[in-house]
Amino acid sequence: MALLSKQNKEAFTNPLNLDHPILVQVLGICSALAVTSQLKPAIVMGLAVTVITAFANVIISIIRNTIPNRIRIVVQLVVVAALVTIVSQVLKAYVYDVSVQLSVYVGLIITNCILMGRLEAFAMQNKPWPSFLDGVGNGIGYAMILIIVGAFREFFGRGSLLGFQIIDCKDFNNGMMTMPAMALILVGCVIWVHRAYFYKEK
Amino acid sequence: MEHAISLFFRSIFVDNMIFAFFLGMCSFLAVSKNVKTSLGLGMAVTFVLLVTVPVDYLLQTKVLSENGIFGMDLSYLSFILFIAVIAGIVQLVEMVVEKYSPSLYAALGIFLPLIAVNCAIMGASLFMQQRILLDPSETKAITSVVDALVYALGSGIGWTMAIVAMGAIREKMQYSDVPKPLQGLGITFITVGLMAMAMMCFSGLKI
Repeated sequence: MALLSKQNKEAFTNPLNLDHPILVQVLGICSALAVTSQLKPAIVMGLAVTVITAFANVIISIIRNTIPNRIRIVVQLVVVAALVTIVSQVLKAYVYDVSVQLSVYVGLIITNCILMGRLEAFAMQNKPWPSFLDGVGNGIGYAMILIIVGAFREFFGRGSLLGFQIIDCKDFNNGMMTMPAMALILVGCVIWVHRAYFYKEK
Repeated sequence: MEHAISLFFRSIFVDNMIFAFFLGMCSFLAVSKNVKTSLGLGMAVTFVLLVTVPVDYLLQTKVLSENGIFGMDLSYLSFILFIAVIAGIVQLVEMVVEKYSPSLYAALGIFLPLIAVNCAIMGASLFMQQRILLDPSETKAITSVVDALVYALGSGIGWTMAIVAMGAIREKMQYSDVPKPLQGLGITFITVGLMAMAMMCFSGLKI
């Protein structure tokens, strides 16, 4: 079996456009909106979700034949919770300031619907390697939106990107962009653009 | 008492689960198509919150914290423990409701099992865990089981309020002329954004 056969490629590229977790399947919205007031936490969060989705997919896919059907949700939750605990400790050790900014939303990756959705829909039926690609694809799809919205909000709200001041706006402060309400409206606009130009109904 | 009342109103209006923290957004968007089902889900969420947050509070203070029965800081285990408690309690609540109140069970229907993965529940527990460490004089602080209960009730009511309002707006919105690519999900997001903006006028509310 080739490492990147047509099927595997689809598992990786579908979540980036046609099967996008946020824009099409409406999964994992909560954290996507909450962490995007600046670019840095958005990138870290996107990375954390990509890593967790990929490895949770692989682990569940390896043990998929031994999980009794009735308790599969609990098994999935435990695997995800363990991975999230590890990631949360790593974040606290290496990027403490970002982990403070993300606050409870790192813990909330456990209840991120993207994870549960991919585990249920993909990893339970597929071999580890395609599952890994699927997890990475979905994670990148999710990170993509976070980075777009995060960059937009930080640039127009504070005039900076990744903390570097680009426009000097000490006298002129656009606090509205950093408010939670704008995240919702921006994601709405991203969905609008996506549906209008990229997404074709089957 | 004063503290509890203040905490209650704050968790409904200022720290609203949907409009300030985006918790439980997935089911909020998926289920808010009409008022009736919205109310059902809101009730179920409030109910589960009322049970899980005080239980998680007790676990955090009596088992996981340094003063707990093990005498060491085990709070890194909180994710696994909280999610297990939530999944277990949702299962338990489902069985109890089914046995003793079939009418309520029929009304809540499929929503009960789905609540186990609703971020509002997990989020409330994690916020509660953060707030234990706050100074007791702050309005947000949660210092006792009663506070945890009040916080859970307020958050649940705030969530219910948000989803019912959204359901009502979406019922009316079916008759409006929305650009095609914006229909459905897009316009819903923008509506929630506008609602959140309106809710911002409550910030600074003090009782």
